[in-house]
Amino acid sequence: MSDAPRPVPTLTELFLGFFTIGVCGFGGVLPWARRTILETRRWLTPAEFTEVLGFCQFMPGGNIINVSIALGSRFRGLPGAIVSVIGLMAAPVTIVIALGAVYDQYRTIPAVAHAFAALAAAGAGMLIATALKIAAPLKGRWVAIGIAVLTFAAIAILRLPLVDVMPVMAVVSTIVLWKFAP
Amino acid sequence: MRPTLALAVVFSQLSLLAFGGANAILPDLHRQVVDQGWMNGQEFAALFALAQAAPGPNMMVFSLIGWRVAGLTGALVATVAIILPAAILTYFTAGLWFRLRDRPWRKAIQAGLVPVTIGLVVASAALVTASTTVNWRTGLISAAVAGTMYFTKTHPLVLLVVAAAVGAVGFS
Repeated sequence: MSDAPRPVPTLTELFLGFFTIGVCGFGGVLPWARRTILETRRWLTPAEFTEVLGFCQFMPGGNIINVSIALGSRFRGLPGAIVSVIGLMAAPVTIVIALGAVYDQYRTIPAVAHAFAALAAAGAGMLIATALKIAAPLKGRWVAIGIAVLTFAAIAILRLPLVDVMPVMAVVSTIVLWKFAP
Repeated sequence: MRPTLALAVVFSQLSLLAFGGANAILPDLHRQVVDQGWMNGQEFAALFALAQAAPGPNMMVFSLIGWRVAGLTGALVATVAIILPAAILTYFTAGLWFRLRDRPWRKAIQAGLVPVTIGLVVASAALVTASTTVNWRTGLISAAVAGTMYFTKTHPLVLLVVAAAVGAVGFS
């Protein structure tokens, strides 16, 4: 905690803050979350934000969804968590369903069908770039690369269910990296 | 099984497996959505791209699949199912996590999950690209977008708009 105590945000402030993050977050919500939480609303210090984000990235689920739960409950308990997550999700869910309805209405028109095929290809390209960026820290760490390759093979080649692969690989990876590549 | 119930079951399980966020569970989502007969691989990829064009957390693809499978109810059920289990876990473990911040095993687990998540994200890139590459032109679009996004700071929305325009005039 910082020495100058900040006022605890109200439920309305939590809702509006996370609503802003949700509605502005085109192409990634993290920059907007950082800006809103640290600069506009000053709910946390940068060090606190880094720690909360670290936890939320570790937990399953969407990072920022978890941030909304963690901050909402820190400030206002269960009602705070509920109000924050609803604030975050309300606009994006509405917008994505509207986009889906447009897609449904016009997808039989050839130009639209072609636009969507290209859109899908672009989405795949974005995933490739994300994969390349996220894999960069593995460079030269052969044990970790081996674990990533094994996980890839189990899912993409053998098509094993994630519910089996995830626990096994998480345990194997933790033990192997701890013992052999600290 | 009724579609809304199936959505709830499949998505709430994926929720707890989403270490590393939506991209980590995309391959399994792809597999289950196709196995259930909800849609084919290419439509899955189109919905994924559409979800990228919307603002908000990248969990939006789940709402969209829910909507496609069972209308508005499906969208709501899907959104709640993908969020709620992980949210409950986060809610109850946040306090514990910050108390245990200096334990070595906590860092070991955190480090152990990293390569697993990377393997999953690479798998999702491979599987989604395999279903969107219907000809050499769509393959070229994927490669161009991947290269631009990797080497420049171009806004994702710009890439999507350009790609859709290129497709609409017949190049796809």
